[in-house]
Amino acid sequence: MKICLTATDKNLDSKLHSRFGRCDYFLIYDSETKEYYTLENDPNLAHGAGVNAAQRVVDENIDVLITGNLGPNAKEILLKAEIKCYKGEDKELKRNINLFKEDKLSNIC
Amino acid sequence: MNISVLSGKGGTGKTTVATNLAVYLSSKGKNVQYLDYDVEEPNGFIFLKPKIQSVKDVKVRVPKIDSDKCIGCGECSKECRFNALAVINKGVVLFEKLCHNCGLCSLVCKENAITEKQRKIGEIDIGNKERLKVYRGKIDIGEPMGIPIIKELKNYLYKDSINIIDSPPGSSCSVVNTIDDSDYSVVVTEPTIFGLHDLEIAVNVIRQMNIPLGVIINKSGSEDNIIEEYLNSENIELLGKIPFSRDIAKAYSKGELIDNIPLGAFEKVLEKIEMGRL
Repeated sequence: MKICLTATDKNLDSKLHSRFGRCDYFLIYDSETKEYYTLENDPNLAHGAGVNAAQRVVDENIDVLITGNLGPNAKEILLKAEIKCYKGEDKELKRNINLFKEDKLSNIC
Repeated sequence: MNISVLSGKGGTGKTTVATNLAVYLSSKGKNVQYLDYDVEEPNGFIFLKPKIQSVKDVKVRVPKIDSDKCIGCGECSKECRFNALAVINKGVVLFEKLCHNCGLCSLVCKENAITEKQRKIGEIDIGNKERLKVYRGKIDIGEPMGIPIIKELKNYLYKDSINIIDSPPGSSCSVVNTIDDSDYSVVVTEPTIFGLHDLEIAVNVIRQMNIPLGVIINKSGSEDNIIEEYLNSENIELLGKIPFSRDIAKAYSKGELIDNIPLGAFEKVLEKIEMGRL
């Protein structure tokens, strides 16, 4: 399963970014192989940051998104792409992944 | 001839100056039009109370996707500079309010699946107050972009009339689009640090666009030196002052024109027009 997290840095020890469209990085974690990679995001995009971010993570064929807040445009895209979205906690990415595995995160959409 | 009235800071008295200036010039026998470009908050008609003669819809063109022809290649989404399109599961998701109506998506679609349709975003009210012709742009609730309405209003800028243009506040895209064809700008400010701060930004914008300008100090009182020092150092003409007076505030709060408004600044503008200096 491919899990995407919005991140403040490029590793699992960095904290979850509370914003989706304007986060610094997307970290994409494979729960089977336990490997991950990151994509840089532009937090200062002038127009349509939510749509742009949603299109990018959908194109990575993710199954799950863990973030802080999702805007309405991004939500519409992620719903259409049938990606499950969860509200993460203001903690390190690895702890958010564990919370997700323990089914302790709440659904956004 | 186009004379724009702007301020930088909101609430300094753009509409007070623009409406009273338009009425003054009209009373001097000039062929005058008043145009309210402040489409998010067009308040000029509250004071002018014109007879509205017609209402015209303002529409923009947005893409229309033919899902039978669309193969979900994603080219439109990739090319859109405003991220108004996403392609999910081989289908296009369109965000009309992000669209800037450039038409690029329909050009890049190799399947010819994108045509354009019209979408209403606001209206223009047209009327008159005696000899003064008036126009007001009004954006629909929930619409984020007023510039297409501002551009539509420009169709009514007749060359042989004096067009008094009531600008939106600030100094961003909508103001730049408002004043780009101005022959002269009247900048209304107030004698506060905030007023000065935003006046400086507005002056920088106007000067970059090579538009001559003059300043009116509204709510004038004992601290006018805040503005006057700046005007002197920048060699900017002070057209006149409107005092911080209870009578003026009272008339304004009732939605009335200001009967006893000092005419000094307006006379200077009239003189410029008559001397052919604009």
